[in-house]
Amino acid sequence: MKLKFSLEVLGLVALAALIAVVPSFVSSFTAYELATVGMYFIALLGLSILTGYSGQISLGHGAFMAVGGYTTAVLTVNGVYGHHMRDVWTIPIAGVVAGVAGLFVGIPALRLSGLYLALVTFGIAVSFRQIPLKFDHFLGGTSGKLLGLLQTPFGLSASPNDWIYYLTWGIAFVLLVVAWLFVRGKPGRTLKAIRDSEIAAISSGISLARYKTLAFGLSAFYAGVAGSLYAIARAYMNPDVFPVVLSVYLVAALALGGVDSFVGLIIGAAAIYILQNRADDVTSWINRLPHVNLNAQRPGMPDVIFGAVLIVVLILLPTGVGGALRRLFGPLTTRLYSKS
Amino acid sequence: MSALLQLDGVEARYGPVKVLHEISLEVGRGELVAVLGANGAGKTTTLRAVSGTVRRTGDIVFDGSKLPRRPDAAARAGIAHVPEGRGTFSELSVWENLRLGAYTRRGSVKEDAQHVFEYFPRLEERKNQQAGTLSGGEQQMLALGRAMMARPKLVLLDEPSLGLAPMLVKEIFDRLERMIAQDGTAVLVVEQNAALALAHAARAYVLEVGHVVVSGPSEELRENESVRRSYLGY
Amino acid sequence: MLVAAFTWTEFAQQIAAGVRQGAVFAGLALALVIIYRSTRAINFAQGEMATFTTFICWSLMNNGLSFWAAFPIVLAIAFVGGIAIERTIIRPVENGPVITIVIVTLGLALLLNGLMSVIWGGGNRPFRGPFSTRTIDVGGVPISVQDIGIVVVSFVLVALLALFFRFTKLGLALRAAALNRESSELVGVRVGWMLAFGWGLAAVLGAVAGMMVAPILFLDPNMMQVILLYAFAAAVLGGLDSPIGAVVGGLLLGVGITLVGRYVGFVGDVLKLPVALLVILLVLVVKPNGLFGRVAVRRV
Repeated sequence: MKLKFSLEVLGLVALAALIAVVPSFVSSFTAYELATVGMYFIALLGLSILTGYSGQISLGHGAFMAVGGYTTAVLTVNGVYGHHMRDVWTIPIAGVVAGVAGLFVGIPALRLSGLYLALVTFGIAVSFRQIPLKFDHFLGGTSGKLLGLLQTPFGLSASPNDWIYYLTWGIAFVLLVVAWLFVRGKPGRTLKAIRDSEIAAISSGISLARYKTLAFGLSAFYAGVAGSLYAIARAYMNPDVFPVVLSVYLVAALALGGVDSFVGLIIGAAAIYILQNRADDVTSWINRLPHVNLNAQRPGMPDVIFGAVLIVVLILLPTGVGGALRRLFGPLTTRLYSKS
Repeated sequence: MSALLQLDGVEARYGPVKVLHEISLEVGRGELVAVLGANGAGKTTTLRAVSGTVRRTGDIVFDGSKLPRRPDAAARAGIAHVPEGRGTFSELSVWENLRLGAYTRRGSVKEDAQHVFEYFPRLEERKNQQAGTLSGGEQQMLALGRAMMARPKLVLLDEPSLGLAPMLVKEIFDRLERMIAQDGTAVLVVEQNAALALAHAARAYVLEVGHVVVSGPSEELRENESVRRSYLGY
Repeated sequence: MLVAAFTWTEFAQQIAAGVRQGAVFAGLALALVIIYRSTRAINFAQGEMATFTTFICWSLMNNGLSFWAAFPIVLAIAFVGGIAIERTIIRPVENGPVITIVIVTLGLALLLNGLMSVIWGGGNRPFRGPFSTRTIDVGGVPISVQDIGIVVVSFVLVALLALFFRFTKLGLALRAAALNRESSELVGVRVGWMLAFGWGLAAVLGAVAGMMVAPILFLDPNMMQVILLYAFAAAVLGGLDSPIGAVVGGLLLGVGITLVGRYVGFVGDVLKLPVALLVILLVLVVKPNGLFGRVAVRRV
């Protein structure tokens, strides 16, 4: 559909412009915050390819982010043959390492449907943190590894916060276009066929295994890139940076936002940022309400609210908020994936 | 005396498809009534409407009161439904299946079990066997026995002859008639084998595409050649 | 690879510790199996539900009750809580896709975890259990009273449940509802309430597991997350729809993990959790029904 295509291209161009312009209007710290949101956005984008398009669930994508983060940490801190890599160049490598890990998970995943895959990936999320504890001289154990502080490279004149913002959103934009092309192109249509009916897809000769495994690898690649950026921004990496609950947040955000809604992914990423990084601020904010006196040292309230919202939305709107929005506003909502 | 079971303009649908259109029928106390018709005519759905296992509109009056639409309400009111395929709990023992039949009854069910074993001695032999290991005929007896355990006023029976040898089918129908005579139970039976059903039933209704097209006493239907040929297949 | 020093005394102690661990895994795995049989879904909030009820026990004890006085109160609360959860948030989604139910349980887990943090604060605290930590001599081997106590309590609970399921009308109805919904409705069983009852029982099992393990692990909101993974492994090993499997799987896993952790140097304490994950993966790929399971698992 020509019209939809032009609308989507227009949307992408507008997004690019928006990304470029925002830092001029916000504080340096806000740019840093937006960068973190961007990292979660990249991870969600990857997960949406996996779940939305190949119909496989993963409760363990936090572990792939951790793979990316640790790859970057090791390459910059330990270095390769004595040569300490510059953080930027580690990003694609981190993505590839995570992607390969994803392929490794994707192969047995072929034999596991829905519930069983959720079990196994949940197991990955819970047990992954034992790996850096086991190989502690290499991966830093409980205390983790300290990376060099975030710095603007190549003598560019931006502040470090602005730098990480542009780096993250630049990569996010590129990965978004890649995902968009992937979904519109043959791989995407193939995956959609698989999602809609595996039996029909098999009988039409599509290699189910290849595409499903590829989807796993690709989504892990995205998560690895996001994890790498996160480690660079925070300048440290340890087993608790990507906890089990983050993997749950990722899936929950996808369920809430709807797997194929761009707006949903952005909102989801923002929600994860608030839950994971700003929980105590939310608690303080809630305390402003009359008669409410929550202990800010106990920032559990955002989880309570998020959990409650997740339950209520799933009960009332099975296709998530994004799905409901799309039904309400139809072609007006910017959509990432077109219905072919 | 009013009928034990009365359906008045009952309709049922599976999703968007309406399967029963304005069905009205009656079953008197101690009567054996048959529901006949081709595959897909809505016979099974009619039974399910009575036992509350399908969504329906319209009124069903049972033993003087309006029947609520919940499945356990029908069971509590004294309706036992033996579904297509017997519906036995294959992983449970014969005894446990029977015990479940008496779920809505309070107190000891030993007497009821004895009563069932009188009718079906083979079930007593296999009391502790897993129901799934029984032969087709034995499972049908078990299904009937389970229905009897509830001491029902009405038994809904769906395709009792399916997959069974003729001798076994005769045995089952003989037991059925004994049950009606001894315990005063009414039976509404769905059968594809029209000749068999008409040989035992007092009255019959013929369904086609969810409507009642013909009804009346069995002899009348048996003697009416055009009815036999158009609807009953013989 | 293998650790050098080996004594029979220590081996016996390791077995005892493994049985104790296994008893806790078995309890939580049984809870998962009960819910899986009736609702077809895995309750990812089972751990948080257990921790929550353990916190309630802790609060009651802080208010002067002894453990055994608080114990029945906590079980009653857990039972009612489990029923309430099923009737309010599971019932609306229980006929839909299994994944929706799973995500709802994930939401519940988040909610409970946050709630525990809000009410009792994060960080761990000691939990005074009912059994002393001294050891007694069993045939020359020093075994902790606590280990024995935990195993006995778990065993009694499982035995009571087994008797309940086998010999009571309600237990039979529960089993029937899980095996064949339609037939159960036809005999007058209220299947919806049977499901709720199952969740109540599962919550009770989880509460006991939590209260047994809290003295050892120290009580904090995240206490059961790791145990949950072991419980998943035990349930999968035994067969997700088999209660016997949950108990046998739990014991096998408990003993197995303890021995592997002690005698395989590479694994040690650190890699026990990934070993559990490996168990899940291997069973699901090689023999998805586990040791005792019967349900057909769909393969691609």
